Amino acid sequence: MNLSELTVHEAQDRLRRGETTSAALTEAVLAQIEALDETVRAFVTVTADEARAQAQAADARRAQEGADAPPLLGIPAAIKDVVNTKGVRTTCSSRMLENYVPPYDATVMEKLNAHGIVLVGKTNMDEFAMGSSTEHSAFFTTRNPWDTERVPGGSSGGSAAAVAADEAVFSLGSDTGGSIRQPAALCGVVGMKPTYGRVSRYGLVAFASSLDQIGPFTKDVTDCAIVLEAICGHDRRDATSAPQPVPNWREEMTQSVKGLRVGVPKEYFGAGIEPEVEASVRAAIEQLAALGVAVEDVSLPHTDHALATYYIIAPAEASANLARYDGIKYGYASQDAETMWEAYSRTRGEGFGSEVKRRILVGTHALSSGYYDAYYLKAQKVRTLIANDFQEAFARVDAIVCPTSATVAFKIGERVDDPMSMYLSDLYTLPCNVAGLPGISQPCGLAQGLPVGLQFLGKPFDESTLLRLAYAYEQASGARYKPALTSGAAQT
Amino acid sequence: MPDTEHTEAISRKDVQHVADLARLALSPEEEERFQHQLSAVFEHFAMLNELDTEHISPTAQVIPLTNVMRPDAAEPPLPKEDVLANAPDREEDQFRVRAILDF
Repeated sequence: MNLSELTVHEAQDRLRRGETTSAALTEAVLAQIEALDETVRAFVTVTADEARAQAQAADARRAQEGADAPPLLGIPAAIKDVVNTKGVRTTCSSRMLENYVPPYDATVMEKLNAHGIVLVGKTNMDEFAMGSSTEHSAFFTTRNPWDTERVPGGSSGGSAAAVAADEAVFSLGSDTGGSIRQPAALCGVVGMKPTYGRVSRYGLVAFASSLDQIGPFTKDVTDCAIVLEAICGHDRRDATSAPQPVPNWREEMTQSVKGLRVGVPKEYFGAGIEPEVEASVRAAIEQLAALGVAVEDVSLPHTDHALATYYIIAPAEASANLARYDGIKYGYASQDAETMWEAYSRTRGEGFGSEVKRRILVGTHALSSGYYDAYYLKAQKVRTLIANDFQEAFARVDAIVCPTSATVAFKIGERVDDPMSMYLSDLYTLPCNVAGLPGISQPCGLAQGLPVGLQFLGKPFDESTLLRLAYAYEQASGARYKPALTSGAAQT
Repeated sequence: MPDTEHTEAISRKDVQHVADLARLALSPEEEERFQHQLSAVFEHFAMLNELDTEHISPTAQVIPLTNVMRPDAAEPPLPKEDVLANAPDREEDQFRVRAILDF
């Protein structure tokens, strides 16, 4: 077995028993990147030299600390290029930040660095996290490791593809409307968006501040719990950071699911869902029932209105957040302008790509004088209705179970010129962000040879129940999903 | 496709006005493309009007936190050189900008 195939907990066990070293593990992952990334294109920046140095330091630290070493010590990880990494270029896959080198680390990076992870690189994404396919990256499109003619999903497509192709043992992404769960589903890995407030947003380049949340991509549910424990927790530098203590999820997830109640929302099996996707998800729900989980139908009646709500609120917040890109303190600056106003306007016109411009225009219009009440205020009110739907459902059930995406990975180019059809890719993931809930996606089968995602949505701060359900399903199904492309790609 | 009778939700003038507010230079081709695309998007938004929200209060953020305070203590800032390292244009220890007043 190639070391790059290991999960976090498998690698951890071997490292603890002294059967391998972080240096060897890191070489295996870098070799996998070398062999596959020309095809997959998950990375904007590969930090091979830094990774080797960090691996050496991790091995030295393990020799000192032994059994007390933290769980992620020496584990090679990839980070979405929207998270600030001190001294390592952070581009948001935008011309605007192509040469930006952050002078500080995001809180999640401080936490991961305290664990002693090995950073192998920064992953590709839709520009400023706006998109569902990575086709809106200013640099290149990432390929789905299961079929390189198809998208990996987005916006965290590079992070999902990197884990699916064993080019990282785990990765981080950010999820504003499904940007972790949808690519996790399309690439056949586990992806989680924690409850809003669980993970500090300090150092996460802002897209829509009331919706953004950082979360992990992993090869299995155990790894998801391990990484989640490492990155969650209160941070005084993020005023929306939640004070709730971080549970021992790795232990809690192993509790029996017998007697838990899950709700199946009929609105998530509507027109547009591919029959094979529905069949896979229904089969997974039957498997849960066989484990003693009580399954019942629930209704989330405002689901159809979540798309419009989200595409008003997110661009409105984005238009304000992206006002900071003025070409003065950092980032791209147009050289040909005469006046200050012209310099701003040209810098932004030349530095931003189409999807970012589209969302700035939508958001600015929705917030502008005369339209604010009709669009932005209206959307905030419907947001309340959507959150109430979930609250009513959670009075009866412990979690919601549904598909993550109505379709398997779509072909590159298929939706990129039609914003509305691209926006519909996130129909089943958006409501969770609008309501601030935790959500997890895990693979539950293949349709036309491509991964299908099973999604659980939970009560605020109840990641435990989601991890229990996901872990129980994973154990019962016994399946491990690996794209053919990874087998024997790199030999070390 | 839009015919001459059909009035789109967003006019070319709206696009120009909003682009001006957002300080976003657009080419004429972009103005035209965004006009059609934004019209489709805002036509979809109209579906929210079918919901009665008169007695519903808006949600700005989802977790019940209010008035988050921190001690007003001075902390060391980032090193000056680190902050200026990304500047597109600088002069000594300052960001260099275009004149905002004509003399």
